[in-house]
Amino acid sequence: MSYEIVIGLEVHLQLNTKSKVFCGCSTDFGSAPNTQTCPVCLGFPGSLPVLNRRALELGAKVAIALNCQIAKKIKFDRKNYFYPDLPKDYQISQFDNPLAQHGKLAIIAGEVEKIIRVRRVHLEEDTGKLFHQKDASLIDFNRCGIPLLEIVSEPDMNSPEEAYLYLTALKSILEYLDVSDCNMEEGSLRCDANISLRNKGDKELGTKTEIKNMNSFKGVKLALEYEAKRQANLLDADQRIVQETMLYNAEKGITEPMRSKEEAHDYRYFPEPDLVPFDFEKSLLEEIEKDIPELPEPKKNRFIKDYQLSNYDAAIMASDKSTADYFEKCAALYRNPKTVTNWIMGDISAYMRDNNVSIKDLKLKPENLSSMLKMIDGGVITGKIAKTLLIEIIQTGKDPEKLVKEKGLEQISDIGLLEAAIGSVIAENPKSAEDFKNGKDNAIMFLVGKVMQKTKGRANPNKVNEMLREKLKGAK
Amino acid sequence: MELNTLTAHALIELLNKKDISPIDICNNIINRIDKTEKTLNALAHFDKEKSRQRCENLREGTEKRGRLWGIPIFIKDNISVKDELTTCSSKILKDFRSPYNATVIEKLLAANAVLMGKTNMDEFAFGSSTETSCYGPTRNPWDPKRIPGGSSGGSAAAVAGDEAIFALGSDTGGSIRQPAGVCGVVGLKPTYGRVSRYGLIAFASSLDQIGPITKDVEDAAILLKTISGHDEMDSTSADMSVPDYASGMKKNIKGMKIGIPKEYFIEGMDKEVKDSIKLAIEKLESLGAICENMSLPHTEYAVSVYYLVATAEASSNLARFDGVQYGLRAENIKSIIDMYKKTRKEGFGDEAKRRIILGTFALSSGYYDAYYLKALKARTLIRKDFDEAFKKFDAIVTPTSPTAAFKIGEKISDPLTMYLSDIFTISANLAGIPGISIPCGFTKNNLPVGLQILGKPFDEETILKVAYNYEQNTDWHKRKPAL
Repeated sequence: MSYEIVIGLEVHLQLNTKSKVFCGCSTDFGSAPNTQTCPVCLGFPGSLPVLNRRALELGAKVAIALNCQIAKKIKFDRKNYFYPDLPKDYQISQFDNPLAQHGKLAIIAGEVEKIIRVRRVHLEEDTGKLFHQKDASLIDFNRCGIPLLEIVSEPDMNSPEEAYLYLTALKSILEYLDVSDCNMEEGSLRCDANISLRNKGDKELGTKTEIKNMNSFKGVKLALEYEAKRQANLLDADQRIVQETMLYNAEKGITEPMRSKEEAHDYRYFPEPDLVPFDFEKSLLEEIEKDIPELPEPKKNRFIKDYQLSNYDAAIMASDKSTADYFEKCAALYRNPKTVTNWIMGDISAYMRDNNVSIKDLKLKPENLSSMLKMIDGGVITGKIAKTLLIEIIQTGKDPEKLVKEKGLEQISDIGLLEAAIGSVIAENPKSAEDFKNGKDNAIMFLVGKVMQKTKGRANPNKVNEMLREKLKGAK
Repeated sequence: MELNTLTAHALIELLNKKDISPIDICNNIINRIDKTEKTLNALAHFDKEKSRQRCENLREGTEKRGRLWGIPIFIKDNISVKDELTTCSSKILKDFRSPYNATVIEKLLAANAVLMGKTNMDEFAFGSSTETSCYGPTRNPWDPKRIPGGSSGGSAAAVAGDEAIFALGSDTGGSIRQPAGVCGVVGLKPTYGRVSRYGLIAFASSLDQIGPITKDVEDAAILLKTISGHDEMDSTSADMSVPDYASGMKKNIKGMKIGIPKEYFIEGMDKEVKDSIKLAIEKLESLGAICENMSLPHTEYAVSVYYLVATAEASSNLARFDGVQYGLRAENIKSIIDMYKKTRKEGFGDEAKRRIILGTFALSSGYYDAYYLKALKARTLIRKDFDEAFKKFDAIVTPTSPTAAFKIGEKISDPLTMYLSDIFTISANLAGIPGISIPCGFTKNNLPVGLQILGKPFDEETILKVAYNYEQNTDWHKRKPAL
């Protein structure tokens, strides 16, 4: 039986404010446990929350970038449930009047653009972190009260791949906005997935399961692939899907029921009386809007127009902000943008992948790359030399011009030197020379290679080819 | 002279003249406590030596003295004092010392007041009689067989019994005014937002206010001025300037329009109370006020609305007492759920449990609309009643409670009857308006009767003015219980 997969995603994003959402404690990651706490974020009796306006602004920034409608009135609610990582035993969140609703995000699935609707975006406080030991559980409240933005999609994705693309597109936007570290391993971005299957053509949604505990985008995709297969097998066998929460086990690559003993939660939401609802000032919204940088989609279109890039190249150059900035800096310094994209997507990407560095940390600055490219164009160095030179600049950060001089890598333009090299190669390889003279054109390539070897790659292979032909023809 | 019987403003004068020093007041108070506390049980935590030390610490110096320099004050046990026991008279917070000062405490310390100790209260302020305290009931100085009102019964009894010069209480549905009324002292609930709630252990966040309990109106004005004002730590505190109440209230009340709501003179209320209030109204008229009968039509819903809103908020506010970080943690626990259950079962008293269950129910899905949401709507109607009334009247005068102090144990097993003790005080909390209770007479059994004066939001000055004018022309506040 073939089914349609239906997926919705809930993303929790830690906003990168300096202080927590309802108190003044620092949000730095990695400090000693419980050192970034105060009576407010520890929920001590009598303490009261005060909203960090910066968190609201960052949240609104995301909402605007996701084309949402922003709420006119900002209101918070209490979500009541008992859990040791929640010091007040309620979470300050937003319930019936979220920060923003009705947004959308475009993904490119295959060659086709698809719109994924964003149901709601709301602001809440993060919880503490539990560490379970053999005979005790410990709590670190440093994380407690860090501003968390929950971004909930509509169930608009129809494959694990689309879910992956949604997350990638979302992350790209979030990075452009510089509102979060977006680090899934450190937990600054978390994702839960809802997935159900239905017969193709059905209108009604099937029974869903919720998957938690994925710590990478790839993990989300793999978990969804596994879960889709698991559900399909159950349906094929005429078995019922149980609506439950599954945990992804990355080691085994499977999803397993959480089997929590807790009964269905009644969160008993009600308006947070400690925070007075207020109007979101229009002027502030306008200011936030102005603060939003050019986002990936418009940027891609501009790259196509301004730099005559292909759709594919432009999309890759615009996919993240650091790459886009890098590309644009190079393109400003060097005449041929297409050559720049080739180098970025080719040797530079390969190096970054192999050595696990990001473009931001690359020692090869746009100035270096463009001056190297100019040397190729000017015949100062050969393309072959450039490939090795690139690695050296990446590793040392040295100026390419200086490096070329220091190492004597300039292309040999002295005809005398070239003629001498050609002469000795012919003398050392008489058989190949003879073969060529006898009409075996291929033999010339072997001889060119020998000359290049002799000149340590500094000769222009086209020039060598030309000179060799002339010399051998003349000797016929 | 027995300094403990004096008002703060009288003591300030004596201190300024250097006739006495802070330690003299402190010692007088300690002597009194030694004599009467066994009877009253007004205090939850008190350390003589620490109090004396704090007086000694107030060095005579050239630096400017705060307005309350050397004046001792007692604090209701639900207000956080750094490193001191702050237990809400509940077993679940037994031994809990707050790591920080409430904003009102910071303000008192800045004014150089001397913190003495904590006063007894109904557990988490749940009650009208101070009988639900884990430290046992406080007794009324006028008749120790009777309740001192609640939930700030400890503060009211300490002030009435001269164990305290003045004290802080908190008022969620009448918890300052009702005990002040039945103990024959002055109690003022400020406008919601006038005084910072930061550090007040929340009962019902949208209703709670801290306020003064004092021996006379002038002290209430002075103490209110000291603790009022905007606080960045409390989003619900109002960013408005605070007038100097003590000077503003001394003008006369000629021509002032006072409303007398018919809904506050109900069937079943004590005739002696009713008669005292009538006489008080006549007194106000004789001072030039124009008193007129009027109506607050939605008054009848106040108690029901209150017991939904207040318990709903309380059920959430009290969730944090779970044994995880502080306070009581039950022993022999098998799991986290077991820990929650046992800790809360052992730690909370009956009334706290009753209100948590009631509030949890009111917020439950399927009931929220019928109870909580409906209560919010009715609350709006009650607020509108007052908005309308204050278009015409400068103040509203009512009895503080329907009866004088009842006997200990009389109503404790009948929560509904007990809840009706707050019938006249609750509306002010629901509407967020200020109210004051002042002594206005005594019953045949020599029990005090309280007069409540309600005012416009942030117009404490007017109710203080009415109260002061009445007080200056009567002697009720000068009577002392024979303890």
